[in-house]
Amino acid sequence: MVTSITSFGRSGLYDWLVQRITALVLGCYTVFLVVFFLSNPGLNFQDWTSLHAQLPVRIFSLMALFSLGAHCWIGLWSVSTDYIKPFGYRFLFQVVVGAAMFIYIVWGIQLLWGF
Amino acid sequence: MSKKRPVNLDLTTIQLPLPALTSILHRVTGVMLFVGLIFFFYVFDLSLANEAGFNTVKSLLTQHFGAKFIAWGLLTALSFHLLAGVKHLIMDFGYAETLKSANLAAKVVLSSCVILSILVGVWLW
Ligand code: HEM
Repeated sequence: MVTSITSFGRSGLYDWLVQRITALVLGCYTVFLVVFFLSNPGLNFQDWTSLHAQLPVRIFSLMALFSLGAHCWIGLWSVSTDYIKPFGYRFLFQVVVGAAMFIYIVWGIQLLWGF
Repeated sequence: MSKKRPVNLDLTTIQLPLPALTSILHRVTGVMLFVGLIFFFYVFDLSLANEAGFNTVKSLLTQHFGAKFIAWGLLTALSFHLLAGVKHLIMDFGYAETLKSANLAAKVVLSSCVILSILVGVWLW
């Protein structure tokens, strides 16, 4: 039996739901960017920055960024509980994933709002 | 638990049905994408930082074989993960759960991913 002590929301059902909602956000964001690239061939710096300077786009990117953090954390938490049995190694893996997602979120905020 | 249950540990005799293949690939691509995040963030950061950075990204993605290959690999993984993820969500709502329909759904995901992967390649090269 796996105890859920380190899961995201301390409840499997809650994690399951968050995993799905974040998947939906990430899916929409991916489609949004693909459509943008396809409809702007020969993209230049001005088009690209003016897209990301708009408030709604910034909010959408931020949503995707937070969703990414939760999605990866929950996803890789499941993976670690399936394959890494010794507590120490599993915990280390989860710490690395958690730290990575924290760094990505801070980096993401900085690059989105700082240009 | 009875110790007399039959066990089958000869993995070569176990068939991997298509839905099982899409399931494990969904997991593998999920981990690949996580590892690949460093590239996504690097490119995103560089492209927004200033015009020179943007042009570096552009020339990397149009001229540098290694960069194009990584981009192709990650976008293929993303295509698969997204398609299989959508299939997963549809199945969560209780559709495509019979043997026949589940096999069909797995085939649709696998073949759409091959097509998307080729399209990504065409787009990059
Ligand atoms: C770059 C973005 C993404 C990353 C890094 C990522 C990563 C992951 C990882 C590591 C897992 C765990 C795999 C497992 O437990 O087997 C996972 C699960 C999942 N992903 Fe993603 N993912 C991303 C985007 C998406 C998108 C766009 C969708 C779909 C629209 C999606 C849908 C799902 C679903 C439904 C699961 C849950 C699978 C389950 O409960 O077994 N993901 N993801």
